[in-house]
Amino acid sequence: MDSLIQVQDLVKVYSLGEVEVQALRSVSLSVERGEFVAIMGASGSGKSTFMNILGFLDRPTSGTYLLEGINGENLSRDKLAEIRNRKIGFVFQGFNLLSRTSALENIELPLTYAGTPTSTRKEMAQKALSEVGLKGREHHHPSQLSGGEQQRVAIARALVNQPAIILADEPTGNLDSKTSEEIMGIFQRLNREMGITIIMITHEPDIASFAKRNILFRDGRIVDDHKNSTPAIAGGRTGEK
Amino acid sequence: MTRLFASLWIALRALMVNKMRSALTMLGIIIGVGAVIAMVAVGTGAKQRIADQIASMGSNLLIVLSGSSTSGGLRFGSGTVPTLTVDDAKAILNEIPSVKYVAPTLGGGAQVVFGNQNWSTIINGTTPEALEIRDWPIEQGRTFTQQDIDGAAKVCILGKTVVDNLFGGIDPIGQIIRIKMVPFTVIGVLASKGQSTMGQDQDDTIVVPLTTAQKKLFGMQFPGMVRLILVQATAPEVMKDVENQINDLLRQRHHIQPKQDNDFSVRNLTEIMSTAEQSANVMRYLLLAIASISLIVGGIGIMNIMLVSVTERTREIGIRIAVGAKGRDILLQFLIESLVLSLIGGTMGIGIGVAGTLVLSKFTQWPTLFSIEAILLAFLFSGSVGVFFGFYPARKASMLNPIEALHYE
Repeated sequence: MDSLIQVQDLVKVYSLGEVEVQALRSVSLSVERGEFVAIMGASGSGKSTFMNILGFLDRPTSGTYLLEGINGENLSRDKLAEIRNRKIGFVFQGFNLLSRTSALENIELPLTYAGTPTSTRKEMAQKALSEVGLKGREHHHPSQLSGGEQQRVAIARALVNQPAIILADEPTGNLDSKTSEEIMGIFQRLNREMGITIIMITHEPDIASFAKRNILFRDGRIVDDHKNSTPAIAGGRTGEK
Repeated sequence: MTRLFASLWIALRALMVNKMRSALTMLGIIIGVGAVIAMVAVGTGAKQRIADQIASMGSNLLIVLSGSSTSGGLRFGSGTVPTLTVDDAKAILNEIPSVKYVAPTLGGGAQVVFGNQNWSTIINGTTPEALEIRDWPIEQGRTFTQQDIDGAAKVCILGKTVVDNLFGGIDPIGQIIRIKMVPFTVIGVLASKGQSTMGQDQDDTIVVPLTTAQKKLFGMQFPGMVRLILVQATAPEVMKDVENQINDLLRQRHHIQPKQDNDFSVRNLTEIMSTAEQSANVMRYLLLAIASISLIVGGIGIMNIMLVSVTERTREIGIRIAVGAKGRDILLQFLIESLVLSLIGGTMGIGIGVAGTLVLSKFTQWPTLFSIEAILLAFLFSGSVGVFFGFYPARKASMLNPIEALHYE
């Protein structure tokens, strides 16, 4: 059976005027279903560029990337939007929720663009909300929620369309260590109980220790890739339902 | 469908967030549409009034005026000295085939008295044909009979204004009034015709038989003469021919030598009025053009605000694209937003335009006329302005690069 993600000789070159920047220099990787991968690396190591390509937000200069066997190379912008909508859930460092919009409506957003009927949408959003332990906060706006709660809403939004993979870009970058651990607890549970594949960027080794596999980027290349035989277990209020 | 409703909802919400800004943006469209509605109403009203006046004057009307005569090298204006006769009128009717009616008329100002009321008005001595030519119905009573004319009967038909001023609620038919101290019996009342193009009150008049006017009121100086002859041609196309034929006929009858000036003049009032109508039309288009400019300026206001809005919401657009919004979803969202702005503005503009026109016509007494077409057109036009000026910002939003948009501060 094919891997969930297959990356072969991926190269990304940015040209900033005269200067060419090699963000990725031949990256090859495969990720199986059900993995929880942490990608580490200093800033400028190419890990963000890699994530953008994995999320079909950017196209590689050369090399191939297959998600569930789909090659985005020759697909239109709108087709890529459709793939993102169906198969990928995004979690960002800055949460990226729509302000002045309730938690529930934020979670509904991907379903709106999938054309899901309103009643189904509400139901699925409710389910995702309780999945991240925010039942009762449906109508709170982002400004009325703490950072950790906002990130949970973002995770619920990433979950709601039942994606093949969740891509998290520094999900704990704006959170304190206790809240960070709670978020990791949610990721671990989603990974363990629902079998959702997670790829997470982080530059904090403690956060990476919650993942089952750690990959290290340096200067646009993978320099280390190892299984984490004993991932840390997130405790505290995690896993509440 | 779900997507469309969702887009509409998103647009309305976005507009609600910046209420003041949305209101100010709409103001441009409100003023534009209001101005279009008001200006078209004023223009159409003016045009309609002129058309009504043309109709009230009588169709295919030519007026043959007496004078100008020369007395010792001094030339007088038209109509100052009667040079036309009743026989001239008969000759015009009999010898020019395209003439339908003629009405020789003699008249002048006079003081009229009823009981203890008195009033100064215009007396017109003419034949019943004059009322046919001017398409002027009798509202009450009757018109002259041949007997009245032959016998120079002292009977008269009153205009509405005269009735109002002399008889306060009394039935005027059968009453005796004095014109220049001569007693006349009122036999009829004319229907109201309103103001003429020149602003004269056409209802301020008394009509008496021509023969009576000649013998009892004005004819003493110049027996058998009339001041003017109303001529009605059979069709609008023959007006010019009839005018030339009257000229030739009267020159011949008055023995005017080839190089001598006419001692009469022929006026084609319909022609003068058509010119007035045309200029009213030009005015109408001019007003519409000026008003449209304000609508376009309003549209530019929408474009400006939408561009600001797109820039402000770059991050939001990035989020939407990341979670699966297609180009057309974003395009539609912003297009609907500008469309909603312009249509709400358009609707309010119609209200303001209608209200403004009513106020304007109340204070200036200008005639105004609303047309459903103009209102519908202004509404549709404001919608098009919204789409046209909203398209560029919306397209710009839909083309944003999601990675850059997500990191936009």
